[in-house]
Amino acid sequence: MSVALKHEGEHEAHHQELSPLRRPLIEGRKTYGDVTTDICSLMERKPGGLWWAAFITSLTIFLAGAIATTYTVTTGIGTWGLNKTVGWAFDITNFVFWIGIGHAGTFISAILFLFNQKWRTSVNRSAEAMTLIAVMCAGIFPIIHMGRPWLFYWVLPYPNQRGSLWVNFRSPLLWDFFAISTYFIISAVFWYLGLVPDLATARDRIRSKWRHALYRVMSLGWNGSNRTWSRYETVYLILAALATPLVLSVHSIVSFDFATSVIPGWHSTIFPPYFVAGAVFSGFAMVMTLMILVRKLMKLEAYITPQHLENMCKVTLLTGSIVTVAYLTEAFIGFYSGNPNEMFVIINRAMGPYSWAYWTMVTCNAIVPQFFWFKKARTSIPMIFVLSILINVGMWFERFVIIVTSLHRDFLPSSWAMYTPTVTEIVIMLGSFGLFFTLFLLFLRIFPVISMNEVKGVLHYARD
Amino acid sequence: MEKKGLYGLIAEFDTPTDVVNAVHKAYDAGYRKMDAYTPFPIEALNEALHLKRSKVPLIVLIGGIVGALGGYLLQYWASNIAYPMNIGGRPMHTWPMFIVITFECTILVASFSAVLGMLALNGLPQPYHPVFNSPRFELASRTNFFLCIESDDPEFDERKTREFLEQLSPGKVSDVEH
Repeated sequence: MSVALKHEGEHEAHHQELSPLRRPLIEGRKTYGDVTTDICSLMERKPGGLWWAAFITSLTIFLAGAIATTYTVTTGIGTWGLNKTVGWAFDITNFVFWIGIGHAGTFISAILFLFNQKWRTSVNRSAEAMTLIAVMCAGIFPIIHMGRPWLFYWVLPYPNQRGSLWVNFRSPLLWDFFAISTYFIISAVFWYLGLVPDLATARDRIRSKWRHALYRVMSLGWNGSNRTWSRYETVYLILAALATPLVLSVHSIVSFDFATSVIPGWHSTIFPPYFVAGAVFSGFAMVMTLMILVRKLMKLEAYITPQHLENMCKVTLLTGSIVTVAYLTEAFIGFYSGNPNEMFVIINRAMGPYSWAYWTMVTCNAIVPQFFWFKKARTSIPMIFVLSILINVGMWFERFVIIVTSLHRDFLPSSWAMYTPTVTEIVIMLGSFGLFFTLFLLFLRIFPVISMNEVKGVLHYARD
Repeated sequence: MEKKGLYGLIAEFDTPTDVVNAVHKAYDAGYRKMDAYTPFPIEALNEALHLKRSKVPLIVLIGGIVGALGGYLLQYWASNIAYPMNIGGRPMHTWPMFIVITFECTILVASFSAVLGMLALNGLPQPYHPVFNSPRFELASRTNFFLCIESDDPEFDERKTREFLEQLSPGKVSDVEH
């Protein structure tokens, strides 16, 4: 996020020539003023018809989901297709899916920051917003699943009047609660911290009464003094360093929910890295889907360039290949264990009644990303759009396969059962997508979509 | 704001290089109470202003230690003293089970102390600051780079400092009222 201008004074000449190897990150020879105008005007002008159409559609789907959720909460979990054998299915699938989506934002803002990947500046703001919204969507599912969601605060460890009953710190479900709430809070803080200087820019530019007041309060009186920037930069670096292990821990801990149990297909040491790779994989796919839409909808083609998308394709290819290796290892270990129950799970996944879900997963997650070996696929925007959606379909099915196929045929054949989602469950799932897009569209209108101060810092990259 | 009179003099520059050079010259001329105001962070300015190492990392370290100890002791106390639960005769002090939440608490408290420490050291939120009184200062968050020499600097002299700033060939030099 910072620029090394140390020698710019003495070596002005070096900046005059264009690099033969690197292309500018921001196209169109923008000036500092252009960046401010381009990004701020998105917040100033009235939303177009396309935005309204998207917003009303998302809001409608979200409201349908809210109705289905209300029905579930007032009636009971019996409105779902769960049974004694399959006690976790759609709801937990959605939960793990959304948490996974929420991994790309902090990955981009923290890990790529530590690796000094300057291209992240165009996408980090919206990817972080996506993370926050995805974690909100995820958080709803376990709360609904509690059956009595109004008592959800019982998972907090606090002195209480229930005979001073303490939460069970030895339970992975409690670890999960701590991991996700920490992740949400830190992601929100990181996102807000990054926003402060840009909100100051908005404050100094936008004159409409309410907006000005909002940005004035939210920018905390930021004046861009170098002493302030200097501490800000230090804190940004420290937060990136703290958020990096946090990102990797969240999905590891989600995987403990499964891995610490004794269910064949869940009880596996490969789960933490396998889940983390899958989460980054699906998160990046979602960032690509969204960025392709955002650059068109908000006319940000000069900022989010095919180069950015190509870089993200490469991350997707890498993580997708890790996921593929994990699938192969899982199958190998299943047979190598010599345990008949483990072997049965592997065979049942590939050839049992849910084999269609398993093969959808394998096609979308192991085969689809391999197209990104080809530069043609990495640079064709319609192609990236389709492939990134297929990857997320695959990643949703991965969680479905892990959860349902491991449970539905357990140790006792007499308790074998099938699971089919009810309409309520499907509408709740769609509703979470409605919520996701509703909040994301609001974010696009209220906050600077691209980190102006960071983009200004890399504006002269590979340029005079 | 009871103080009256001049807070300082502010000069406006078009490029980051100009402001860095200006700060170097001002430091060489003996000015110490000054600050640069820029739309994005410029590392070279830290050196030019001779900023001391930030205290923030120390605050974060303390926060991290407090978080780790707090998280671990909470779990130990809750599951061994306040509500002991013996599961299958296993040892009560199940430290491996406490690692995950200890880790999360470490990150949580360390990050909070980083952000709150930074805000406190920077005096944010800051409802009022005199630099906003200078006429074109709103450009400091967008396109332009400013150097403000404050009037309580011992070297400050309204006429001399203005002349000094003007010979740095800035866009404009203006007064900053309290």
